[in-house]
Amino acid sequence: MSRPENAVALVTGASKGIGSAIAKSLAADGWAVAVNYRSDEAGANAAVKAIEEAGGTAKAIHADVTSGDGKALLKQIEDDLGGPVLALVNNAGVARDNIVLQLTDEDWDVVIGTNLTPAFRLTRDALRPMIKARYGRVINIASVVGPRANAGQSNYAAAKAGLIGMTKTIAAEVARRGVTVNAVAPGFIATDMTADLATDEIVKAIPARRQGTPEEVAAAVRFLASDDAGYVTGTTLYVDGGMSA
Amino acid sequence: MANAITEEAVQKTVYEALPQFGVDEGDITREATFEDLDVDSLDLAELSQIIEDEYGVALKGDDVGKIKTVGDAIDLVIQKGS
Repeated sequence: MSRPENAVALVTGASKGIGSAIAKSLAADGWAVAVNYRSDEAGANAAVKAIEEAGGTAKAIHADVTSGDGKALLKQIEDDLGGPVLALVNNAGVARDNIVLQLTDEDWDVVIGTNLTPAFRLTRDALRPMIKARYGRVINIASVVGPRANAGQSNYAAAKAGLIGMTKTIAAEVARRGVTVNAVAPGFIATDMTADLATDEIVKAIPARRQGTPEEVAAAVRFLASDDAGYVTGTTLYVDGGMSA
Repeated sequence: MANAITEEAVQKTVYEALPQFGVDEGDITREATFEDLDVDSLDLAELSQIIEDEYGVALKGDDVGKIKTVGDAIDLVIQKGS
C-alpha cells in the first residue's frame, strides 16, 4: 500500500543531531514533518528552514514528550500540518552516564523516562490513526548500546534494549493493519551527545574505523518509513560501522 | 460531537464495523461469539476506538476483556454511555 498523500511524520527530539537529520531526510522523501523540540527552539527552526528551502514541508512543534498529553500533541500536529501522523520516529533521548555503583535513582529514572516511556506512550496514541488508515510507520531510535555492553551506561542500555523489545512485540501486534514497527540502532555517531568522548580510542574499536554521521542514520530511517519497507517489521537495523558484527 | 446512544444505533455501528476485520456479514448476530467470528484482541481494540469516536464512550481493556458475544459488546456500550 502507498503512503496516503496527507501523511505527516513526527520526529521527536529533532532540533539537532540525528533527529534533525532524520527530519530533513523524511521531508526530502515527501513527508510533511513535525519537528519536535523541548528546549532548542533555534535548532528546530533551523531544521524547518532547511526543509522549506529544499522545497519540503515542516513545522517546529514544541512539546516535552516526557510529560504531557500525547493525544493532544498528535491532534495539534494534525491540525497544523493537515494530516494524521502516520510515521512516528521516537528519537528523543538523553544520557546520564555513570558506573552502576554510583548511578543515582534520579539518573536511572530520567534516562528511562526520556528514552523509553515516551516512546511507548506516543506509539500507543499514534497507532490509533495508523490502524484507521491501514498504514503506519513507527521507528524507534535505539542504540548499539543495549544489545552490546558499554560500561557506564546501564541506564541507557536498559532503555535502548527496552526499545528493541518493545519494537518487536508491538510490530507483531499490529502487522496485519499495514503498520510496521522497527528500530534503528546507531553506533558511534558524530553528534553533540558524543562530542566529549575519547573519539580516537573508540574509533579504533569500530571495524569501519570512523564515526558515523547523522545522515547515515537518517538514511536507514528514511528507508524504513518508505513504501519499499512495507514488509519489514519488528527488526532492528544497525547503523554502526560493524560495531555489533 | 458524539452521537446519541441507542441500541439500534450501536448495533448498526458494531455490525458495520465487524466486516472490516474479515467477518462475514451473514455470521453477525447478537448471540455470535467473537471467538466464533475469529475476532481477536486487536480487532476488539479497534472496535473500541470506533465506538469511542462515534459515541464518546471509552471502553477500557478490562471491560473489553470480559465481553464474549456481539450482544455483550452492544450492551456494554449502552451501559457505559448511560
